[in-house]
Amino acid sequence: MPGLGARLGRGGATTTLASLAESDCIVIMGSNMAENHPVGFRFVVKARERGARIIHVDPRFSRTSALADLHVPIRPGSDLVFLGALVNYVLNSERWNSDPFFREYVLHYTNASVLVSPDFRDTEDLAGVFSGYDPQQHRYDPSSWQYAGRVQPLDGERWPCRPRIEPERDPTLQHPNCALQVVKRHFARYTPELVEQACGVPRDLFVEVADTILANSGRDRTTAFCYAVAWTQHTIGTQIISCCALLQLLLGNIGRPGGGILALRGHATIQGSTDIPTLFDLLPGYLKMPQAIPQHATLADYFAHERPATGLWYDMPKFLISLLKAWYGDAATPENDFAYEFLPKIGGDYSFQSILTMMKDGIIKGLFVMGMNPAVGGQNARLARQALANLDWLVVRDVHEIETASFWYDAPEVRSGEVRPQDIKTEVFFLPAAIAAEKDGTFTNTHRLVQWHDKAVDPPGDARSEAHFVFQLGQRLKELYAGDESPAGRQIAALTWDYPTVGPHQELDLMAVAREISGYRVSDGRPVAGFQELADDGSTACGCWIYSGIVTPEGEHRAKRRRGDDRASLDWGFAWPANRRILYNRASADPQGRPWSERKKWIWWDPEQQRWVGYDVPDFPASKPPDYQPPPGARGLEAHPGTAPFIMMLDGQGWLFVPRGLLDGPLPTHYEPWETPVTNPLYPAQPRSPVAPVFLRPDNPYHEIGDPRYPYVITTYRLTEHHTAGGMSRWVPWLAELQPAGFVELSPELARELGITTGDWVVVETARGCAEARALVTERVQPLVIAGRTVHVIGMPWHFGFGGLATGGIANELAALVKDPNSLIHEAKSFTCTIRKGRLQEGVVR
Amino acid sequence: MQLLQGLRNHIGLVPNPVSQATRQARSRIRGAEVSISVCPYCAVGCSQLVYTKDGRILDIEGNYESPINGGTLCPKGAATWQLIHSPLRELRVKYRAPYSDHWEERSLDWAMERIAQLVKQTRDATFVHRDENGLVVNRTLGIAHLGGATLDNEENYLIKKLFTGGLGIVAVENQARI
Repeated sequence: MPGLGARLGRGGATTTLASLAESDCIVIMGSNMAENHPVGFRFVVKARERGARIIHVDPRFSRTSALADLHVPIRPGSDLVFLGALVNYVLNSERWNSDPFFREYVLHYTNASVLVSPDFRDTEDLAGVFSGYDPQQHRYDPSSWQYAGRVQPLDGERWPCRPRIEPERDPTLQHPNCALQVVKRHFARYTPELVEQACGVPRDLFVEVADTILANSGRDRTTAFCYAVAWTQHTIGTQIISCCALLQLLLGNIGRPGGGILALRGHATIQGSTDIPTLFDLLPGYLKMPQAIPQHATLADYFAHERPATGLWYDMPKFLISLLKAWYGDAATPENDFAYEFLPKIGGDYSFQSILTMMKDGIIKGLFVMGMNPAVGGQNARLARQALANLDWLVVRDVHEIETASFWYDAPEVRSGEVRPQDIKTEVFFLPAAIAAEKDGTFTNTHRLVQWHDKAVDPPGDARSEAHFVFQLGQRLKELYAGDESPAGRQIAALTWDYPTVGPHQELDLMAVAREISGYRVSDGRPVAGFQELADDGSTACGCWIYSGIVTPEGEHRAKRRRGDDRASLDWGFAWPANRRILYNRASADPQGRPWSERKKWIWWDPEQQRWVGYDVPDFPASKPPDYQPPPGARGLEAHPGTAPFIMMLDGQGWLFVPRGLLDGPLPTHYEPWETPVTNPLYPAQPRSPVAPVFLRPDNPYHEIGDPRYPYVITTYRLTEHHTAGGMSRWVPWLAELQPAGFVELSPELARELGITTGDWVVVETARGCAEARALVTERVQPLVIAGRTVHVIGMPWHFGFGGLATGGIANELAALVKDPNSLIHEAKSFTCTIRKGRLQEGVVR
Repeated sequence: MQLLQGLRNHIGLVPNPVSQATRQARSRIRGAEVSISVCPYCAVGCSQLVYTKDGRILDIEGNYESPINGGTLCPKGAATWQLIHSPLRELRVKYRAPYSDHWEERSLDWAMERIAQLVKQTRDATFVHRDENGLVVNRTLGIAHLGGATLDNEENYLIKKLFTGGLGIVAVENQARI
């Protein structure tokens, strides 16, 4: 999320699957789209049939590569070198410097002209760290990354906000400290030669990719990027994605049909579960969860530190106060800060990996698991199971008895006799869950499209929806706490929790929840038409402002609309925000509001109607003219000129240089994975991310760089027939039959070296654990020559475990707890291991 | 027209040998109720047609009207019917007491009440009103939640609202993090 959010404003795909069909070039990198998003891939095939060039950059040759014009094998963990080299190549190319389109787009729609503080020092100046680095705390102080300019404190507001910064600019883009020049210097050493050395990609192949992208970007052509978790799951994952955003801004590909960045997500509503987050650090609609710091002590304090003076986030009080009204109802009043006190304040990192160690260390005592399988899906899976075994109680809700429910009698360490059930104290509840066709509700797909699914039948037996479970649990807890005047009792008492129920199982009426999410007027309950109607005085309630308007004032749920067409399909579902399909689509027109070209027109300014019109809902104030200039002292969106497409950003521009919002630097920098067989050719003194959160504890050992005991790079991946940690696929006979067991994929060269042939048992080992599987020797993975030496790559699908019909060694047994500082997502796409022919004595696999 | 209809049952001069049973055979989804669903697997968001008769799902196929999947489904999506009717699907509550080596059957109502009691017990033992710096935090670190990306948006909303907003549970996480 932060990779796209920090540069563009929102943590969501900027484009749609269907828009890929209008691309002239599609780069798929960090994703095996044909196998993992097969139906979405049909738009790539469509584009290809229309003449688009398809490029697949990936360590493995897969079905995606087979349908691409060009497959570029790359060493896992070197993506940022490749992308940084594209940035460098583009900036120094003749085409980029001579075609006025690029200059016009970059000058008006990005912060290229902004002057960066003279205190800023680049990684190139400081041997691999940016200015502000604290080597003791492994943290950055970002104050030297700020814009140079005047700071204006603001007053006269009902709710406070941060001071406004008036940056200095150089519209000639020549000033050595303007963002464009800073970017140019930062990437100067990312050359085709470096790509060859660090990625193992021959320089000619790289140049072919760069030329193809460049030739297919411009006024009349657009290039799209598709990525998935093979970009995300690195200690520098956020910066890899952010580097793509930087490149796409330079190429003028954001906000335009056939352009953009498509984040391919792996679960039915992984986008939705971030928008309406079951995540520790967010509130619905990407509002920051308040922290236990004096700066967040009161609602006014929170706004004084989080609310910007310019851009759409200026409206933050409307969104947060409406959320507080939705949650605490009549208990939220202007006098008590709208019950802000009841929102818990976070005091640390409680993200997934930290939850595992907090369980193991006895801090977390009770756990709910609803549709997740940490016993095999958690990195350092053995530690994850030890963590489960240290709980007082565990509630697992799923359709199958997944490993997280059965670990206490079925885990490898129990089967081997190392641990006995009578040593495990955890009280375990398994509750059967309902499946989408058995309940009403919505999913948000990979391009932010919210779609309603109808309940066809009641769930069987004891199976119930999560909505049912959570609602019933809340009711019981409200009863248990009745009359309790302690802070804990008052918190639960204040929560609004009176939903109507329907049907034989007393399922709650999901439309009532949907109306709350969408927002309503408190006085009469009338749904608001959209977030523009939300107020900061407690007169409106809204559970998630970016979904506001999904229920119309007439009571229709727009996610139930099912009228598609060949273009934007505006009447098929509802895309947040406000049904906009291509984000930042103001950029599909030139600064004067005219389409960049007939071929790539999407929305444009109609001078007669004095409105933005076109094929999509404008992601821009509908009647703000292109020549609008903000008056002095303007705030919110009024402070953005008519040429500012990135409405969430302070200045309305896409950020080439990121002064705030990223913890590991304002520019993407290549660091090696935490475990790597080679050194960092750019920064030998700083090979790894200086700020990656690590877990230095005996049960989570790391390999040193170049450790001869673990000489191979391992990457994990998915298969078409299975789904994530397997809970919805390994128990399903049809799918288990198609893909019955785990395997380890290796090259013929490595197989020959180790005397392994296809079908042999092999054991993959790291300092964390072992996994056993059959070998699959294929030419799909190739050894790469990195800095003059051969690096072997091993691939292993991570779906498998010890339960269900399709079993196999657990890839996560091998991975370590280590993560990206921004997204707090782990590094599973590149670490080191060893492999040998043979079997595990204790026999992990049945 | 009549001639064409007459010829439909003929190849050559004699009537086709079609049995009465075949003549009366109908598609098994004929007359079934159709509801529209979304594939529960990946995030492409393929629309599905769910055919139901007598309270039972007969078949699930791709919705040809969808601009996303145009009637198609991938192997996982096409297996949705069997996910619902999986022979290994669990339909009853199971309970494992501390240190026990076996599952026990319990009623849903019993489990719900016991879980509510445990939540209250753990929450009361670990709830922090003010932290060590004197700041009001109203949170508990004693309870955590995992999961959400396979659930519905409305369910995620209820989880976040109850657990975080109502109970002060802050360690709430889902698959978006891994």
